[in-house]
Amino acid sequence: MSARVNVPEKVVENVLEVEGLEVTFTTDTGDVPAVCDVALHVRPGETLALVGESGSGKSTVALAAMGLLPGNARASGRVTVDGTEVVGAGEAELARLRGRTASMVFQEPATALDPLTRVGAQIAEVIRNHRTVPRAEAAREAVELLRRVGIPEPERRASAFPFQLSGGQRQRVVIAMAIANSPGLLIADEPTTALDVTVQAEILDLLRGLAADSGTGVLLVTHNMGVVADFADRVAVMLRGEVVETGPVEEVLLRPGHEYTRRLLAAVPRLVVDEPADDSAAPAEGAAPVVQLRDVSVHFGRGRRTVRALQEVSLAVRPGETVGLVGESGSGKSTAARVALGLVPSAAGTVSLFGADLGRTRGRARRALLSGVGVVLQDPVASLDARMSVGECVAEPLRMHRRDMSGPERRARVAEVLELVRLPKELAGRGPRELSGGQRQRVSLARALALQPRLLVADEPTSALDVSVQQTVLEVIAELQGELGFACLFVSHDLAVVQQFAQRVVVMRAGRVEEEGPTMTTLLRPESDYTRRLIASVPVPDPVAQRRRRALSRTEATA
Amino acid sequence: MTAVLQTAPVEAVAGYRLSLRRFTRNKLAVAGLSVVVLFLLFCFVGPLLYSTDQTHTDLTQVNLGPGAAHWLGTDAVGHDELGRLMYGGRVSLLVGLAAGLLATVIGTLWGAAAGYAGGWVDAVMMRVVDAGIAIPALFILLVVSAITTPDTLGLIVVLGLVSWLVPSRLVRAETLTLKSRDYVLTLRATGGTHGRAITRHILPNSVSTIVVAATFQIADAILLVAYVSYLGLGVQPPKTDWGGMLSAGLTAAYSGRWWLIVPPGLAIILVVCAFNAIGDGLRDAFDVRGRG
Repeated sequence: MSARVNVPEKVVENVLEVEGLEVTFTTDTGDVPAVCDVALHVRPGETLALVGESGSGKSTVALAAMGLLPGNARASGRVTVDGTEVVGAGEAELARLRGRTASMVFQEPATALDPLTRVGAQIAEVIRNHRTVPRAEAAREAVELLRRVGIPEPERRASAFPFQLSGGQRQRVVIAMAIANSPGLLIADEPTTALDVTVQAEILDLLRGLAADSGTGVLLVTHNMGVVADFADRVAVMLRGEVVETGPVEEVLLRPGHEYTRRLLAAVPRLVVDEPADDSAAPAEGAAPVVQLRDVSVHFGRGRRTVRALQEVSLAVRPGETVGLVGESGSGKSTAARVALGLVPSAAGTVSLFGADLGRTRGRARRALLSGVGVVLQDPVASLDARMSVGECVAEPLRMHRRDMSGPERRARVAEVLELVRLPKELAGRGPRELSGGQRQRVSLARALALQPRLLVADEPTSALDVSVQQTVLEVIAELQGELGFACLFVSHDLAVVQQFAQRVVVMRAGRVEEEGPTMTTLLRPESDYTRRLIASVPVPDPVAQRRRRALSRTEATA
Repeated sequence: MTAVLQTAPVEAVAGYRLSLRRFTRNKLAVAGLSVVVLFLLFCFVGPLLYSTDQTHTDLTQVNLGPGAAHWLGTDAVGHDELGRLMYGGRVSLLVGLAAGLLATVIGTLWGAAAGYAGGWVDAVMMRVVDAGIAIPALFILLVVSAITTPDTLGLIVVLGLVSWLVPSRLVRAETLTLKSRDYVLTLRATGGTHGRAITRHILPNSVSTIVVAATFQIADAILLVAYVSYLGLGVQPPKTDWGGMLSAGLTAAYSGRWWLIVPPGLAIILVVCAFNAIGDGLRDAFDVRGRG
């Protein structure tokens, strides 16, 4: 298209070249270096994955490439996009660049779109920002773009508002906007992190197709090694603001050179997809369940707006066993866990906790019953009251249920459980703000274990953490479960983690239990189509195996 | 800004130190705090150094201009104007502070209860607030003043009772978000009582919102006292306050006796602006949402 009239002299010129990039943020607490001496390049038609854990500076590099760094950042070095220097460029120059030569796809499609403008108009706006085309022509192009990104009935959908589309469709619209002016460079910052795995697979397919068709270079920023294996040609691994390893995807993922890359890959939970099923660890069938949901239904709202969050869900957790509750967002898995905790009342069915009917127990008896439960929730920041010290947080259940405990006894118990979760007891005097995400989740776990619970309910306890941190937290839980023998209801969207961790799984979909059974049997030889699709969508961090699986699932789809 | 958070192995700075630093960086807020402190000293310590008779009239000394004997002159009944500014300020500041705090306390309790209870209880309690906001406070004050002649305590109670509505809305909003925080859910799921959730988690975490609201509330209350007294419905002579002094001096304004108008007027403006500046500074320091 007309965007590429100034054909470069060299045959292949890099669409993105970064050399000696340094970025420093000025904050209340002093200067924080975010990126140190980073060099990388992206050729046309190639996908470079920039991977690393949170704080590694990968997103900062992406923002620097678009000239989108926040006001408190200082950048130096050289960043050229299709021959144009970005560092130190003026707003007008950057505006010409953005959306035309280079464009960006952000993580959260819900906030990347204007909620009050029809999606067709938003795409047309991007077109008219950079090219002088008549309104009608731009609208026609917008529809064509929607068709290209795989939105069904694009003529009709062009006049939809963002809220009328699903998360996956919104991300497709964002991608349509990004490719509207056939940019030479597409920067995708965690483009699938906010999406479910089945949708993630579709979006990755789409991006791969677009890059291959139009020769667009892609800079993919992600923390997910599976996505890297699925999509990237080359990989750059970042650690604390520096690129520690670069190379072709097979090289880096299968024969990592740098010690950090090796550690990172070892920590990624891998979904076992082709091993014989071995469920030797048979659950204790006979024992009475610690928690049991029988035909539980939950409705939110009333009248025509009623949302049926759960419909006749039954599940049970027996003493000492771990049950994994999996499903995509909106499947009702978290609601089911909350019903088991008595946080959400059920409209029908019964919930029995330690043999007592939770729905009928009130007052002191109910509190006594609940004292046998430990809870770890997803958000490491919101899980601990920032106004309390770590010690006070952990001591809270003791203050609630062991009123007769003296101060020194309580402090001793706090030190004891902190040690259990492998935290130094000196941490008791600190504030949660001073702790890392992984440490906070371990403090949550210590609080959950303070009363020696018979049941631990963990709702996505590690999904906000980096993989290496996730691994330690999961190890601690598993180890303590072996020692203390509590049962665990483990809610997660991550099949690989559940496979590693649970003896039985319950697969949920749209408020119903789709399938349940011993973990290995269910996840290797699923009975329902949905579970099969779910498993096929999870990318494994091995480019060779992933290519094979992709080919396989495609032939299955066409067959 | 997420990039900043991500890049942060930021060394720990205690929360209150950071808040203090943010507050002191707001020059206007520091100036406001100084003004308030100076006025408190002026009104409560000042009379010890500059003693005047504010109870007896002295008809030999009426309507004198500023001079060596009376620095700010005298009023129509012979009270020393500077001394009167101190005594009037005591009432204005005392009533303003107390009424502002009373309003905040009532509003906090009402808002926290409504937000935490939720459902129809919340709906009913908040409709009461909506109805209250729909009636102008000044109208209520005029009606009350017409029925009784308020003393200082009465004024505090009446002003507190008409101005708790806005803080109750702020606290309710804060409670709504706090009660669904993971740590409150965890507490509830493991057998914690409602009382514990409110007193140990929700109120301590709303403190910043409450303190900021209280500051703005005090500024509003001082202004309200001035209104009421200006209309002659405040504390009765020989006691007075800045609003009452303005009212008494109004007739004198046409005869060029500016010293009866300008000092109390300036005092009101300065103190109200100062409290608002402090509120802004506290809002920066605590990083909470604005008023209203």
